[in-house]
Amino acid sequence: MSENAILRAGPSRVVAPVPIVSAAAQTQPHRVNIAASHVDVFYAAKQAIVDVSIDIGEHQVTAFIGPSGCGKSTFLRCLNRMNDTIPICRVTGRIAIDGEDIYDPGMDPVQLRARVGMVFQKPNPFPKAIYENVAYGPRIHGMIGNRAEADEIVERSLRAAALWDEVKDRLDEPGTSLSGGQQQRLCIARAIAVSPEVILMDEPCSALDPIATARIEELIDELRQNYTIIIVTHSMQQAARVSQRTAFFHLGVLVEAGDTETIFTNPRDGRTQDYITGRFG
Amino acid sequence: MSNTLLIAGLLLLMTMAYVHGRRRALSSAAGRRVALHSLPSYHGLYIALWCGLPALALAILWLVLEPSIVRWMVVASLPEAQRSLPSGELGLLLNDVRNLAPGNVAGRQPDAATAAAVETYRTLKSIVFWAMVAAVTAVAAFGFEVGRRAIAPAFRARQRVERTILWLLVAASTIAVLTTIGIVLSLVFESARFFDKVSPFEFLFGLEWSPQTALREGQVGSSGTFGAVPVFAGTLMITIIAMTVAVPVGLMSAIYLAEYASPRVRAWAKPLLEVLAGIPTVVYGFFAALTMAPAIRELGTFLGIEVASESALAAGIVMGVMIIPFVSSLSDDVINAVPQTLRDGSLALGATHSETVIRVVLPAALPGIVGSVLLAVSRAIGETMIVVMAAGLSARLTANPFDAVTTVTVQIVSLLVGDQEFDSAKTLAAFALGLLLFVITLGLNVVALTVVRKYREMYD
Ligand SMILES: Nc1ncnc2c1ncn2[C@@H]1O[C@H](COP(=O)(O)OP(=O)(O)OP(=O)(O)O)[C@@H](O)[C@H]1O
Ligand SMILES: [Mg+2]
Repeated sequence: MSENAILRAGPSRVVAPVPIVSAAAQTQPHRVNIAASHVDVFYAAKQAIVDVSIDIGEHQVTAFIGPSGCGKSTFLRCLNRMNDTIPICRVTGRIAIDGEDIYDPGMDPVQLRARVGMVFQKPNPFPKAIYENVAYGPRIHGMIGNRAEADEIVERSLRAAALWDEVKDRLDEPGTSLSGGQQQRLCIARAIAVSPEVILMDEPCSALDPIATARIEELIDELRQNYTIIIVTHSMQQAARVSQRTAFFHLGVLVEAGDTETIFTNPRDGRTQDYITGRFG
Repeated sequence: MSNTLLIAGLLLLMTMAYVHGRRRALSSAAGRRVALHSLPSYHGLYIALWCGLPALALAILWLVLEPSIVRWMVVASLPEAQRSLPSGELGLLLNDVRNLAPGNVAGRQPDAATAAAVETYRTLKSIVFWAMVAAVTAVAAFGFEVGRRAIAPAFRARQRVERTILWLLVAASTIAVLTTIGIVLSLVFESARFFDKVSPFEFLFGLEWSPQTALREGQVGSSGTFGAVPVFAGTLMITIIAMTVAVPVGLMSAIYLAEYASPRVRAWAKPLLEVLAGIPTVVYGFFAALTMAPAIRELGTFLGIEVASESALAAGIVMGVMIIPFVSSLSDDVINAVPQTLRDGSLALGATHSETVIRVVLPAALPGIVGSVLLAVSRAIGETMIVVMAAGLSARLTANPFDAVTTVTVQIVSLLVGDQEFDSAKTLAAFALGLLLFVITLGLNVVALTVVRKYREMYD
């Protein structure tokens, strides 16, 4: 059993629909984790995503690329139903995680979001102590019984986010007092702390300098062992460096998806070719 | 009236100076705007300020000094007999002179000497006025010339004008600060006179407040006792009752409006709540006295509790209702100002909406909420009308909210209403109460600011 699978067996709220990831599953890494078929998204009458179907493999990094306004964020937010918070947004089609339809009326978006974590473009740590930032998720999901358990989860999450050594002596300071790159890693730690299966990242490095970006990229590569990661990025280099698979969006349409190697060296579609060579976007 | 005309004339002059300055600046650069260091309008302003400010300062100084100078000259012109009058009578005489000068009727028939003085006064007045007009015009013209000479394409008019405006701003804030200091000093001096008559110890710790003073010698209970504790206890009790009503109701409605209400509900509920703040306090007062107080008495009789017809509870509850919009409207703004990214961050971790509100939004909004509550508290402490009408005037030291109590502001009003001598302990007590109230609200504000700053450090 993986570390997070053990953790997930304990707590109350997250357990129910989560199939425990077996060691066997990990050895054959590219099992389909998320399957979207014929997804359309509308903001009021305006269609932002047009008939997108894509399979996303488990324990891989998938990069979404495409020009600004093409619907990458919109599609990403469909995967943890954050679009529910936008009243005018309507999603049709089917998105399944581990075979389970997440838009099924029986699916609780709150439980879903515990399984599908998210890191935002701009670091958004809570105005609380660093410790509390990380312990927040586990607390609301009843994963923490006593102080020792909390300490353990906080330390493990911060270590996983490669932040522990920098903050271990100042856990009581506000998360907002960290540098931008540290804040972003704190947000990653915060997402990891609830032991999700999937982590969605919407341009996580766009507010960071090259060094902080490199750290986050390293981190993403490590996290791949335990999590399915989807990252939206505007940087071709970043997509090429961190992802195994890449999906190219254009005007709400998924133009092409495949192995990162192939997309960058030998795209099938002319639009992909134009975009990655910088001819538009 | 003639002074207003003078000011108007000065403004007209400044406008002309402005127009002239612009034109001159342009012509000095042969019409090429880019050759000028500053925009033409700055050159215009520069001349206008030179023309207006010194002249205005002179006019103000003149108007301040004029009365005493004229008075001195009138006194000097009086015949010996009147000049040697005791100062009180001389003052009365001068008063008559001043009243008679514009042709009004004075209290008594003027005698020959007074009539002569009135004549002198009139002439002096008009001489002095025309002298002022001449002086002011001269200064304005001088300023105009000084400003005009400075104008050249390379002249840094913008910097000069901006610096002058900065000084004007400084002067304005100095006036505000000085006014505050003046008010505080007058409170302090009047209170000092009060404390000559009543010991500060009695005032601060005395448990009885009955500020009657004798109308005639030897009247019973003529001395009056000035123990402020019951009055402040009354204020405290009513404030606490009001806050118990206003804080939960206001805060919860703010949370509902900001976090849960649909835009449609919000669109009509928020203005409706704010209407509460627009109702005159007198209306709240008679609502408290005529509706709330009897209702509470009924309830008391039903429960077998003795309730005074004017009760702290009635006044406090109605006052609480009055300040609900302060708490709710301000807190609502503060909650709305919490960035959406924080909410998203919490929701994305699988928190429910309510968990997000309680654990993320409210803590982040706390400094603002504390601020709005403290504003409401100071509103409650300062409120007078409702208490006059619904809580009564009797200064009783009690912890029973069904009793009649009184508050500081009500006492200040009742001490000063009617014909009063201004140096009796009774009237001076109002200043002492005011001073103490001021010190308390000041302390409250300091505490509030420290609390807010502490949280700010934590939550920014
Ligand atoms: N809340 C919203 N309300 C209405 N329209 C929206 C909303 N969010 C996004 N859109 C529209 O949906 C389309 C896709 O937006 P989206 O944010 O998904 O683009 P993106 O690919 O993430 O762009 P970027 O790279 O600039 O972040 C855009 O045309 C945008 O105007
Ligand atoms: Mg986006």
